[in-house]
Amino acid sequence: MSGAGAPARTALPARKPGRRVRRATRGFVERAWLVAVAVVVWELVTRAVGENDFPPPTKIVSVLRELWFGGPASHLFLTDNAVDDFSTSLTHLFIGWAAAGAAGVVVGAAIGRSEILNDLLNPVLEFLRAVPPPTLLPFFIMVFQLGATMQVVTIAFGVVWPVLLNTADGVRGVEPLQLDTARVFGLGRARRIGTVILPAAAPKIFAGLRVALSFALILMVLSELFGSTAGIGSELIDAQRTFELPRMWAGIVMLGILGLLFNGAFMLLERRLLAWHTGAQRLES
Amino acid sequence: MNLRRVVLGAAGAVGVAAVIETLSRTGLVDATALPPASTILREAGRLAVDPEFLVDVGATLQAWFGGLALAVLVAVPLGVLLGSVPLLGTAAQALVELMRPVPSVALIPLAILLFADPTRMKMSLIFYACLWPILINTLYALREVDPVAKDSLRAFGFGTPAVLWRVSLPSAAPFIATGVRIAASVALIVVISTELFAGGVDGVGIYLSETQSGGGHTDLLLAGAFWAGVLGLLANLGLLGLQRVAFRWHSARAEAVA
Repeated sequence: MSGAGAPARTALPARKPGRRVRRATRGFVERAWLVAVAVVVWELVTRAVGENDFPPPTKIVSVLRELWFGGPASHLFLTDNAVDDFSTSLTHLFIGWAAAGAAGVVVGAAIGRSEILNDLLNPVLEFLRAVPPPTLLPFFIMVFQLGATMQVVTIAFGVVWPVLLNTADGVRGVEPLQLDTARVFGLGRARRIGTVILPAAAPKIFAGLRVALSFALILMVLSELFGSTAGIGSELIDAQRTFELPRMWAGIVMLGILGLLFNGAFMLLERRLLAWHTGAQRLES
Repeated sequence: MNLRRVVLGAAGAVGVAAVIETLSRTGLVDATALPPASTILREAGRLAVDPEFLVDVGATLQAWFGGLALAVLVAVPLGVLLGSVPLLGTAAQALVELMRPVPSVALIPLAILLFADPTRMKMSLIFYACLWPILINTLYALREVDPVAKDSLRAFGFGTPAVLWRVSLPSAAPFIATGVRIAASVALIVVISTELFAGGVDGVGIYLSETQSGGGHTDLLLAGAFWAGVLGLLANLGLLGLQRVAFRWHSARAEAVA
């Protein structure tokens, strides 16, 4: 495990910038052309058919802008409506996700460290993970009434299991040699967890957190569809009830964009935080 | 060793039930919010022989399986087609990555407008939700096929269909199966969400929402959720078992990706 493998990359002759730009453009075109074709076909077909349920994408985008992005520049072009909807939806989403993430990592680490705890609780946890999260929605509505608490609890309870089980799995898989080494060097329990166990389990924990984030988005929408007054989901259902199809489609597109942004942001974060890990893995293999 | 795990696992389940029972009976948690475990299990037992609930389960399973099967039938051939043309495969991947993040439950309001028949509505939403994980796994799997194996077959004079049938598909199959397994669990979420929200005649979600609007029966709601969990567990274990039996030769690699 020396660093000999790493400098090989920089030894390559530097490419001319013009060529790199051209390569990047070609790569982009190769990936994006079908998306462009799909959007154009979508536009043409919806215009030709003129069906009320399927407005053309240009119309959807213009409604989307009007609804959420027509505000003044000082508000980052967000309308008041957007500030309302986004802050409500995203606050619930992130509180639920963060609470579930924290609880999942702490409990998961405890379970992963203890063999007996793992044997005791694993069947129950696997069962709880298998319960499709929406089934508990009526229960939470009943207990917490409609409102923010119900939404946050639904999200948190639905997404905690992938984080918890992945953390337990990752912690269990830590190399005994690394743990023994840490012990020999006299690292205390807390430092062993912070500097050896959690970093070694980090890739699995992140995989769990990413699954949890996409589930959280689904549950956010679902919990907002049931009687809430603000949020993107309630915008969606409101538009459907008044048959404002372009507004409903704008909501669908907005949720798609959010999903894409979350995924992209999380992947960047993961690559950043786990860069050392992929490096270490490359050296090992 | 294995016996020990079974015994401990059972002890853990009994322990959790006992904790719920105590919390509820001693009044530490409001008993209307969290009924005692014995009550939940008794209701679950009653549901298991309730013909109406069994019809609900049947309707949910039918939509779940139908939508999933439809998605497999479309996504796998489509993935093979797109994956075998390199230029198309790259572009299709970008398109799929763009479509996949749209949460399928966001389409429930649209599906309500488009479909009058609840079973068709459920199956269409499941189809949409399942299409992407299966398609993306098929596309990735076909890209990962060992080029040496393909070239070897070509060197012996086999044509493109033979290479596809003898090398690409067998080596991609375990990854595709993993995609189907992911899709199956997403499908269960979608079918129950749709039933909860859009209504209909039969379904586990409809049982749950009717119980809730009927007022005051958290034990019945939790008993329904218990059976939904059993369904999810059985579906996952069944598919996992099938995957293990069918791809014994391949299990090590497939698990590494899952």
